[in-house]
Amino acid sequence: MRLQISTRLAIFAVLELTERESRQLSVADIGKKYNVSNHHLAKVMHIMGRAGLVRAVRGAGGGYRFAANPRRTTLLDVVQLFEDISSVEKDTEAADATPEGKALQAILNEIDAIAWATLGSITIATMHKLLNRAGAGRRRSIPYLGGS
Amino acid sequence: MAIDRKPHSQTTGAALRVRRVQAADIPQVIALDTRVTKLAKPDYWKDVYRRYGKRRLHERFFLIAKNRLDRADSRVLGFIIGEVRTWEFGSTPCGWVFALSVDPDMRLHGIGKALLEAISGEFRKAGVRKMRTMVERGAQLPLLFFRSEGMMAGPYIQLEKDLD
Repeated sequence: MRLQISTRLAIFAVLELTERESRQLSVADIGKKYNVSNHHLAKVMHIMGRAGLVRAVRGAGGGYRFAANPRRTTLLDVVQLFEDISSVEKDTEAADATPEGKALQAILNEIDAIAWATLGSITIATMHKLLNRAGAGRRRSIPYLGGS
Repeated sequence: MAIDRKPHSQTTGAALRVRRVQAADIPQVIALDTRVTKLAKPDYWKDVYRRYGKRRLHERFFLIAKNRLDRADSRVLGFIIGEVRTWEFGSTPCGWVFALSVDPDMRLHGIGKALLEAISGEFRKAGVRKMRTMVERGAQLPLLFFRSEGMMAGPYIQLEKDLD
């Protein structure tokens, strides 16, 4: 499975914003770490803002904050803002109506269903746990992610 | 076996006691399962108790969680069942968890976590270093829980077919 660049950026941005409670970062802060253009990242943040996942903070020193609950927000909540997950079981071409096309589509649907279920089973809080276990970078301490 | 564990969540002031199931607990296990699954299956649970609560206890674990601090509180807050299975599907010995249930009113209080930690400890004592379970794809709540406890997709793919 390959996610679009925008999708991956959105996940990275959410992980940055949730590394600590009430963390506030600018597009430039995040863009610098992942070596992406501010223009591209700004569009990604705008889409997440419309969905209520992040909130823009105005003024000098402004930026973005995570606006949802990291223990209730899954990777699928982020991914579906950028990826078309409605293609499951949807015939898009004439060939898909043939027995061969339907057989192939059944397999592809199976793969998609597993992928979406996997993304829907991992919260942002769980991602931080995975990062901690992997020892990626500095130890993340997120009090508001604790408990289960 | 009696395993006292402090609850993970600070929202509950009580500590938990995780221990092996006893015959007197089974009616509560049946009631909890009926409440959660909306399907009463008393014969099934009595059979499970006979097989997992009384036999081959070195490799079968049927554990329940109770309130440790309040002895007057006799409620079964949750239960977990698993066993060590060897060479099935070509697998080296591993611990399988095949049932986990927590009182819906007591969720997010660390009971599921305490039960999973308790059975993990039993599996370790039994000599296995891998734990597995199986969750329906659409059952997001248990999926979220097991994922949050560090469980990942394993090397097996479950397959099935309709038998017409």
